[in-house]
Amino acid sequence: MSIDKTSATAQDEPVVENPEAAAAAVTAVDPRLLIREHGLAGYIGEFRRKMKAGELGSIPVVIGLIVICVVFQSLNSAFLSAENLSNITITMVGTGMISVGIVFVLLLGEIDLSVGSVSGAASAIAAVLAVNQGWPEWAAVLFAIASGAAIGAAHGFFFAVLGAPAFAVTLAGLLFWLGFMLQTLGENGTINLDSDGLIGKLTTYYFTDIAAAYGLAAVVVGVFFLTSFLSNRRREAVGIPSRPLSDTVLRTVLLAVISFAAAFMYNQYKGLPLATVIFLVFLVATDFLLRRTAYGRKVFALGGSVEASRRAGINVTAVRISVFAVSGGFAAMGGLFLASKIASANQSAGTGDLLMNAIAAAVIGGTSLFGGRGRTWNALLGVMVIVSIQYGLQLESIAEPVKYMITAGVLLTTVVIDSVTRRTQKTAGRA
Amino acid sequence: MVHVSATPVLALRGVSKRFGAVQALTDVELEVHAGEVVALVGDNGAGKSTLVKTIAGVHPIDEGVIEWDGRPVQINKPHDAQDLGIATVYQDLALCDNIDVVGNLFLGRELRKWGVLDEVEMERRSQELLRTLSIRIPSVRIPIASLSGGQRQTVAIARSMLGEPKLVILDEPTAALGVEQTAQVLDLVERLRERGHAVILISHNMADVKAVADKVAVLRLGRNNGVFEVKSTSQEEIISAITGATDNAVTRRAARTNGEVSQ
Repeated sequence: MSIDKTSATAQDEPVVENPEAAAAAVTAVDPRLLIREHGLAGYIGEFRRKMKAGELGSIPVVIGLIVICVVFQSLNSAFLSAENLSNITITMVGTGMISVGIVFVLLLGEIDLSVGSVSGAASAIAAVLAVNQGWPEWAAVLFAIASGAAIGAAHGFFFAVLGAPAFAVTLAGLLFWLGFMLQTLGENGTINLDSDGLIGKLTTYYFTDIAAAYGLAAVVVGVFFLTSFLSNRRREAVGIPSRPLSDTVLRTVLLAVISFAAAFMYNQYKGLPLATVIFLVFLVATDFLLRRTAYGRKVFALGGSVEASRRAGINVTAVRISVFAVSGGFAAMGGLFLASKIASANQSAGTGDLLMNAIAAAVIGGTSLFGGRGRTWNALLGVMVIVSIQYGLQLESIAEPVKYMITAGVLLTTVVIDSVTRRTQKTAGRA
Repeated sequence: MVHVSATPVLALRGVSKRFGAVQALTDVELEVHAGEVVALVGDNGAGKSTLVKTIAGVHPIDEGVIEWDGRPVQINKPHDAQDLGIATVYQDLALCDNIDVVGNLFLGRELRKWGVLDEVEMERRSQELLRTLSIRIPSVRIPIASLSGGQRQTVAIARSMLGEPKLVILDEPTAALGVEQTAQVLDLVERLRERGHAVILISHNMADVKAVADKVAVLRLGRNNGVFEVKSTSQEEIISAITGATDNAVTRRAARTNGEVSQ
């Protein structure tokens, strides 16, 4: 035993410093599987390997965004104006919030078709409480979000406890909450919101001080660099593979360029929109929840293998219900932003292409329909694509029918990319 | 090399289990000592899986006594077995393909620091664990999907070792594995024994059993059909115990081929 151990450590020591050479020397493993560790050159190798293995991640959607910008900018120079871009990022928050909830559900490999109706119902609840019942707006908002979460939890109950397919349960939810919304709004069908109230301000308030946008960008970049740097230091200290400093610096610079460009753009127009700040806060929070907490690990585990999760002692029912509650809660928040944009709760809220756009945004952003793969940031990228297309076509005054068809084309393309990459991943032994 | 203690870690005394009209186990006796690999063999339907499930707490026993370190204990649910220090690695791997090796090793018992996953510590411990078990994997940060069947099986076994169990039950660990991968898993079983764990190995593969087991316990139709010392028993004897007859398909085939080749 003792002899065995020393020989093992003697062979393992170099692995920390030079994993490729050491591991290749002792085991016959596929060199593509080894994590690169040689700065910039290793980057390109890693990138090539990922391409070959079908790990595209967010690359297709980023390319798509660039294509969209180039095409619409060449058609109309107003597309990349600060005003248009600022409006796009505000409009996308409503659908984007709903899409964040959808990412959670997709991670389980399930679907929630009720989010559109739930968002409409939540806006109706908030409007009735705030306007007709005279509740303070903040209380109405909190109650609406809590209602959304409760509605989602109810869907989750039918799915997780009673074993009904989520698709069918939420389809019933789609109809039920649509009816509920129409009932709640009453005969008038429209409740106008106070545009200076809390809900109204959600999409109309700007931090006009130039320092706000730049300050936020600086904070984001600073926090990112510090957490990456400290985490790498800690990894080095205990002797496990860590990113080289050049890597961290490169990522930070990339993030800084994007953040400050966005801040500059906002300051060219009215300033930093409140809606965008709220959306970013929720994106950061949900990303943290999914990737850095035990809860998030459970969600991913369920998306990978339900049976393995059960055997690992994960409370499958509770996690499933909670995920649908999250989806309902985010649908409600999205509904409030959408109501804020039109300063009213009306009968068409949550109908039309909202549901499809929310799901499409998650998938376009790179969340797998097959479960277990995705990040909430995917919702941001995806919804950017969809809303950019809408705004671009509006600038060209292209009619609604064409808009639907183009969005459909984009969605189909992404689903095909998802399926094909999954197949490539299988052949490369990565799915 | 093998130090067998006087008191068995686990002892089954007259264990019986019924499912409705089916008597799955009748008066089964089994002893496993620390640092000992006991192979549990038997034909399909002999009751191997049922026996393992009674030990793992999936099916509580109807009659008989389970002794742990010489004391009689009740194992009524999987949690009881885990608390005693029994780890079970099932045939169909309980791993999540989309999560990396570290995540799978610590699935359901993640290390946390202020409520946040302590990835650094988990990765360090994973490497330490894999190193002490001499398990070679390209990286602990690649998803399970990227590993070969043998590597996955070793990860699944390593996962059971995190709780420092006294007894490890391996249900057909080499089924569906290639030659090289089987060797990796068998090496790992030997290392478990060297580290003083008691191991129950269920296998259909006589070569595996002969290679790593110290004792072979044969089940036939839910009853004991002999416990053999591997070193002093021929494969034919074990097979006759499994099939319940000296004249069986295996011996007839062996006789035929021996006749042709004229050994």
